[in-house]
Amino acid sequence: MEQQANKIRRRNFLKKGGITSLSLALGMPIVFGKNLPDGVTPIGLDSETIQGLPNKHPEMTILNDRPINAEAPAHLLDESITSAERFFVRNNGIPPEKSSINLEKWTLTIEGESAKTTKTFTLAELKKQFKNYTYQLTLECGGNGRKEFNPPAKGNQWSIGAVGCAAWTGVRLKDVLAEVGVKGDAVYIGYYGKDTHLSGSLEKQPISRGVPISKAMEDESLIAWAMNGEPLPYLNGYPLRLVFGGWPASCSGKWLHKIVIRNQVHDGAKMAAPSYRVPCKPVPPGSKVDNKDMCIIESMPVKSLITFPKTGATIKLNQNLPIKGHAWAGDLAVSAMQVSIDFGATWQTCALSQPANRLAWQDFSGQISFPQKGYYEIWAKATDENGEAQPMVLPGWNPKGYLNNACHRIAVKVV
Amino acid sequence: MSKNNPNSLQNKTWLKVFDSFLTTLKAIVFLIFGTLLYGIFGHHFDFNFKKNDVAQKSTRTYNSTAIEEDWDKVENGIHLQTGLVHDASFDIVRANCTACHSGKLIAQNRATREGWLQMIRWMQETQGLWELGVNEPKILDYLAEHYAPEETGRRANIDMAAVEWYILEMEED
Repeated sequence: MEQQANKIRRRNFLKKGGITSLSLALGMPIVFGKNLPDGVTPIGLDSETIQGLPNKHPEMTILNDRPINAEAPAHLLDESITSAERFFVRNNGIPPEKSSINLEKWTLTIEGESAKTTKTFTLAELKKQFKNYTYQLTLECGGNGRKEFNPPAKGNQWSIGAVGCAAWTGVRLKDVLAEVGVKGDAVYIGYYGKDTHLSGSLEKQPISRGVPISKAMEDESLIAWAMNGEPLPYLNGYPLRLVFGGWPASCSGKWLHKIVIRNQVHDGAKMAAPSYRVPCKPVPPGSKVDNKDMCIIESMPVKSLITFPKTGATIKLNQNLPIKGHAWAGDLAVSAMQVSIDFGATWQTCALSQPANRLAWQDFSGQISFPQKGYYEIWAKATDENGEAQPMVLPGWNPKGYLNNACHRIAVKVV
Repeated sequence: MSKNNPNSLQNKTWLKVFDSFLTTLKAIVFLIFGTLLYGIFGHHFDFNFKKNDVAQKSTRTYNSTAIEEDWDKVENGIHLQTGLVHDASFDIVRANCTACHSGKLIAQNRATREGWLQMIRWMQETQGLWELGVNEPKILDYLAEHYAPEETGRRANIDMAAVEWYILEMEED
């Protein structure tokens, strides 16, 4: 608390002193400082360094602290239902001040050119007026795995842990949309949240994406207020968010307060190319791709993670190694799960559970024996119900580094 | 309007020149004053930081205890608080690039000079980044030198340096 107060004091000092005092403190002028938009305090002195993420596991890897982006190392994701403290955080803007969130006053408004009426619901009305549902739904960041692309793709360099499958409780989006009335020309829904743009500009939205009306109308598409039976974690959208399992998690707006029913593809922030889009036709690595040739990502590709053991395990030759993990495939189910200890030359089949419900990830397990002492890599390969499997090398390069579903690998030594 | 009144145009041009001269003068005064301040108080900072040399911070996993002690310290060429390489252009990069986002976002990315330029243009076009002026080439040189891409082929090896080997305890069969 003391440190927090200090930080706030420091920040206010910078705000009051403005550009001049900041220039003094830096020992140099801020060139073009006069062009700073109103409300922007340069944090050249970076007084905002955070002290660890509230209610998140200490082993979470923090990629970025403004905006906050954090992922779980694979072994933290061993649970069938990802706990709140291990669920990744991908913020595009600054979350609303926690103290400003009033559950009694929080409302959700549904409007738009393809809405028959405009209606506003309080949280209590949403919970009471519509049937409540709980589904286990997998959310994965579209850029999960970006780190591996070559040439490198810009953005947060996610490795493998920007994914999780939690039990979300809320109401069906389609029930709420039906109450408002959807016109025949509806194409898309878009969301607006209470997070604010990094630049401090109140005119800019940090992110305002959505999904086609067909995805919005699925049973599992939720307006959710709870994760694993508890209120949503603050960094994951408290008190209200959308959840569209199997699609880039950026579709699932957080701190939700407005949904628009659109008669065109939603045109909010980060809907336009190149954000959350890939080349419509495959391109060679490193290509420049015109915005008009980039298509919106919809269902995520088949993928899996080995969550036990943690990479780096050393075992004895006479021991069998138990392995565990999860597999998921966007809108589809996973039909087979295999692992290899010889760099993909041979594969052995794992036991694979049925999903708890549609769009939930599936658990797999197996026992591995090793032929001799030495260094091994365990590679994991899931196959979806359409027969598409994970590649062993990187899939199609794309400018923004989305959709890397190359097989997960862990290192093991047998001694 | 200026067509009918060439005098006023001349006045304005003159004012502009004077204005930019004044801005430059202000910049120089700030620079000198800032350097002076650092000269006077700088050693206090150094003294405080040396006491906290024990504070270690991993670049990948977050260490919540060491942050305050790491205030503005440079270790192995890395400015710990921002995570950025510390060299002659560091202050310019810090002032212009960490106003909106964390230095960690820079440090984790890799690109050519052209690639970094594209990112800057994207931020200027969509995210409200200001004109960088004379600092732009300096910032680009800094980024291209310290955060250049490496050739990793179609897939890199598992990063052996990052693997922490441990004995997996299991019940004997």
